[in-house]
Amino acid sequence: MTRSSRPGHAAYPRLGLPAWVFVPAALGALFVVLPLVAMLTQIDWSHFGALVTSESSRAALSLSLKTSLASTVLCIVFGVPMAVVLARTRFPGQSVARSLVLLPLVLPPVVGGIALLYTFGRRGLLGHSMEVLGLQIAFSTTAVVMAQTFVALPFLVVSLEGALRTGGQRFEEVAATLGARPTTVFLRVTLPLALPGLASGAVLAFARALGEFGATITFAGSLQGVTRTLPLEIYLQRETDPQAAVALSLVLVAVATIVITLTRRSRTAL
Amino acid sequence: MRYAARVLAAAAAPVLALTLAGCGSGDESPRGGDSSPTNSSSSDGGELEGDLTVFAAASLKKTFTQIGTQFEKDHPGVQLSYNFAGSSDLVAQIQQGAPADVFASADEKNMTKATDDSLTASDPVKFASNTLEIAVPPGNPAKIASLQDLAKPGVKLVVCAPEVPCGSATTKVESAAGLDLKPVSEEQNVTDVLGKVIAGEADAGLVYVTDVKGAGDKVEGIEFPQASAAVNVYPIATLKDSRNQAAANAFVEAVTSAAGQRVLADAGFGKP
Repeated sequence: MTRSSRPGHAAYPRLGLPAWVFVPAALGALFVVLPLVAMLTQIDWSHFGALVTSESSRAALSLSLKTSLASTVLCIVFGVPMAVVLARTRFPGQSVARSLVLLPLVLPPVVGGIALLYTFGRRGLLGHSMEVLGLQIAFSTTAVVMAQTFVALPFLVVSLEGALRTGGQRFEEVAATLGARPTTVFLRVTLPLALPGLASGAVLAFARALGEFGATITFAGSLQGVTRTLPLEIYLQRETDPQAAVALSLVLVAVATIVITLTRRSRTAL
Repeated sequence: MRYAARVLAAAAAPVLALTLAGCGSGDESPRGGDSSPTNSSSSDGGELEGDLTVFAAASLKKTFTQIGTQFEKDHPGVQLSYNFAGSSDLVAQIQQGAPADVFASADEKNMTKATDDSLTASDPVKFASNTLEIAVPPGNPAKIASLQDLAKPGVKLVVCAPEVPCGSATTKVESAAGLDLKPVSEEQNVTDVLGKVIAGEADAGLVYVTDVKGAGDKVEGIEFPQASAAVNVYPIATLKDSRNQAAANAFVEAVTSAAGQRVLADAGFGKP
């Protein structure tokens, strides 16, 4: 396959897709897009600016961006080695290990929050030793980042492991036979080749962290500027001011769209 | 082939991410049960029958289920189904046309939203009241004895956010006592506050008397005199779009009857 064979390009050979495929495809697309359009129609544009720039909204947005960024960094720090180990080594119980790592993908986030509470909470598994060390996680921004990392990590691991597997090991083997040390091979060959997979994994992780709700509200609580992220603010505003909730939802959708578009563009430029 | 995989990943990313961002707050409470169009009501005083859907505040779950069980025994032709959720969620669902016959709210504010939109068939009847109480983990590790103790430095206090009914009650008792509470978290609802106290994450929480009673020995309750500054009154009404007005009226009567009031009092609810 060459770069010029992009779908939609004139050079792309016609594959004769069966016509009926377009019906469910269009229905599916409509199912995803229509609710977003419906939300747009509900927005009170005359007050939109005031609603999204209120003090609580700005605090929630900046907290969401900061924590999502922090948890994406943590996902990369821990997720890249995890993906490499899963993709490049063989050890007994590997498939079980993979299933366990991916568990947060299928777990309801609230369950994740409860699990974190029983691990890092004051009365949790590690809670007592952490209190002795002077570490207080409950109701702090750290707890938000931990909750987001917990739910977002599998997205990065899955994307990157897939990219590493499809990429194959030929170049790494060549580098090794030429005398490169494992660290050199990892940093100079493996990582650069897997960069597109890593990028899309990081974007997915960031987007998941940005939308995180259940684990955060269960594990971290909700306080303006400290733990109340944008999704929590939206849920709370719904109680008194549905208009503000819809306006903030649009902000969340916009941020997610911008991040994804930027990443896609920078990747096509690679 | 690698390129193909990348294209796939790139194409999947925005779709997935948007969906994910959206489902973060996907804790929508379920819509009430469908009341089928075959619902028949016997309005001429005969035996009641058909489906009856009750939308009630989450704090009424235990008591209404108990009253409902007796109601179904007294009227074997009636099948009850419930939707227990936050009162504001319930009003929003009723406004959007959710099929409901009876609505019981945890505060008058949300019932007013329903009456303002002419969604009720009868005048709301006040049937219970609830006040705040301090909940602490068993053994009371932070040695809380009064409302004033909640303002002590180092006490991890969890309350409801001012936007929700239990939070506005909290604000009222706070100003009645002349205190400035510094909670570590302002939760969405009473259940989340209670959860953090039960888990021992919080030293104390402000919840309703009925929540403390309902939690059994998982929390200890501490009453305080300033609680009388914020009394939540619970109204109940039948709804205009109900297809089973007779049964709906009978259910409201069951709640306000002596037997119904006894069930509510046993759970810690006060007189309206």
